[in-house]
Amino acid sequence: MKFRRVAAFAAACTLFASAAFAAGTVKIGGLFAVTGPASFLGEPERNTAQMVVDEINKAGGIRGTKLELVTYDTAGDATKAVQLANKLIKNDKVAAIVGPSTTGESMAVIPVAEKERVPLISCAAGIKITEPVKPWVFKTAQNDTLAVAKIYDSLQKQKVRKIAILTVSDGFGSSGREQLKAQAARYGLEILVDDTFGPKDTDMTSQLTKIRGSQAQAIICWGTNPGPAIVAKNAKQLGIKTPLYMSHGVSSKKFIELAGDAAEGVRLPSGKVIVADLLPASDSQKKSLLSYVRDYKNHYRVEGDHFGGHAWDAVMLIKGAIERGATTPEAIRNQLEKTRNFHGIGGTFNYSPTDHAGLTKDAFVLVEVKNKDWVIVK
Amino acid sequence: MHIDQLLQYSLSGFSTGAIYALIGIGFSIIYNSTGIINFAQGEFVMFGGMLTIFFLDVLHLPLWAAIPCAIAVATVAGVLFERLAIRPLRSATPINLVIITIGGSILLRGIAMLLWGKDTHAVPPFTGEDPISIAGATILPQHLWILAITVVIILINKFYFYHTISGKAMRACSYNPRAAGLVGIDVRRMVLFSFMISSALGSLAGIIVAPLTMTAYDVGVMLGLKGFCAAIIGGMSSGMATVIGGLILGILESLGAGLVSSGYKDAIAFIILLLILFIRPQGLFGKAETERV
Repeated sequence: MKFRRVAAFAAACTLFASAAFAAGTVKIGGLFAVTGPASFLGEPERNTAQMVVDEINKAGGIRGTKLELVTYDTAGDATKAVQLANKLIKNDKVAAIVGPSTTGESMAVIPVAEKERVPLISCAAGIKITEPVKPWVFKTAQNDTLAVAKIYDSLQKQKVRKIAILTVSDGFGSSGREQLKAQAARYGLEILVDDTFGPKDTDMTSQLTKIRGSQAQAIICWGTNPGPAIVAKNAKQLGIKTPLYMSHGVSSKKFIELAGDAAEGVRLPSGKVIVADLLPASDSQKKSLLSYVRDYKNHYRVEGDHFGGHAWDAVMLIKGAIERGATTPEAIRNQLEKTRNFHGIGGTFNYSPTDHAGLTKDAFVLVEVKNKDWVIVK
Repeated sequence: MHIDQLLQYSLSGFSTGAIYALIGIGFSIIYNSTGIINFAQGEFVMFGGMLTIFFLDVLHLPLWAAIPCAIAVATVAGVLFERLAIRPLRSATPINLVIITIGGSILLRGIAMLLWGKDTHAVPPFTGEDPISIAGATILPQHLWILAITVVIILINKFYFYHTISGKAMRACSYNPRAAGLVGIDVRRMVLFSFMISSALGSLAGIIVAPLTMTAYDVGVMLGLKGFCAAIIGGMSSGMATVIGGLILGILESLGAGLVSSGYKDAIAFIILLLILFIRPQGLFGKAETERV
């Protein structure tokens, strides 16, 4: 596998050297946190971006234009991300950048992209990235706001009034906590317990005992693996019967594997990728989703998740822009902004001069764990 | 504030504390025979859990066979670590050796990451997952395993250090290595023994806690530091004092997270660590002994 990639790379190098980039190649940069704490985002993103670019080139490029992907590992470090973004723009002379993987890194890189006038399609979820709109910055990951709205919508329908929230004390958790608190009143919800846990904590029974002693009718836990899996296990241990909701941060099979029986009945908002085959045939994203899941499995022997999907969307959006004739950074930016009804992995994208996030609440479905698998909650 | 909540905090703290105690004993044993703090101790805890996963999932051994295999491999890793990283430096100062163990821990963590990836893995519980209710508080069968195994280990430890020749020899080395050497004790072999015992203990702690907390290549850092903290509270004794140190730490953490704020959970451990080092560097139960610095 690895050898093949190396061989392909070597072949590509000789090819490029002889063709001297004459036959129309567009260079795309990738900034992904392949190592470090956010590697669960960066690794599938890098893999996916590479896979999509390889496939586009294998199919003869985009109307004859080949893509070349240059990726760097930011290790989740904002300072490094800025240096590497500069390197991509000044040394590699890329026409567009995909990434970075996390909100912190994206915020740090934005001024560089703005100053150098290179389109940046971030794979991070933070709402601050595209709000307010920055001319050169787009993003593909769904906003936390939408995920929170999806949960609160369902709670409101069930006439739940009192909730407890338990969030991880990192960027993802605190952004979720902010949104959970900000939107609660609008849905008539009262937060009785607002507690946190550390990303490396191994026992959350203390926090859950406190919640058990409250009148909460639902528990919302906001974090990425493994914390939420421990929360689910601890809740089962404590015999807590209150419905447990998680964030989209754990919407992969890994969560079910880690939490085991304790995952049963847990609900969470998720991108559609994990339930691709359960979607009705009328769903406009179904075709993209199924082909992505299948391709990723063929290439990397694990199932594609929605994190990799963010990179898939980003590369395909750039592909769309190039299809419409853009090759320079400026033209790619202008064409990206004109993207309408692109049915990607994260949702159906509609960018406009006033919206560079492009998604609505429909990008999420509410899923529940049943018999160690996902089912869609109607 | 209900009494059953308080009981729940204490029980949770008790089982976490038992794990800290096992890791802490590993620190103390090596400290007492070599005078160095082995900061790679946490990595052996991680090795215990990760190797169990390896034997379970890759070699498809049953759990009862995977556990001794994992401990054996972790022990061999401990021996190799001593042979390759500690022994070759004949007359290094303790501070050099401590820094070497930090380097070693980063290396071991890197090896684990390359071998098994960056994912978190779950180990199945030893027996069942149905919670047991005790006066309104609930624990899992795995908690009972942790407590039982910790008690057995403490008893074996006590027997070894006070009633066997090699155990007594190790204690002699801890009091005065030169004098121990003069009466014919092979001090370097005792150092090797101490690494064997503490890596075996560390990996065992990693295995029995893995069904509750899950394991990944980087779990060793925090567990190692907490174990170190337990050992400091216990004044670096390889006996009961460290065990009590671990339990105190576990219970305070759990009570702190429940009654004050969970944000301060780790801070509690390190505030205790600093307070002990400032006020009672000989440990909570130790007699003042100015030589031990």
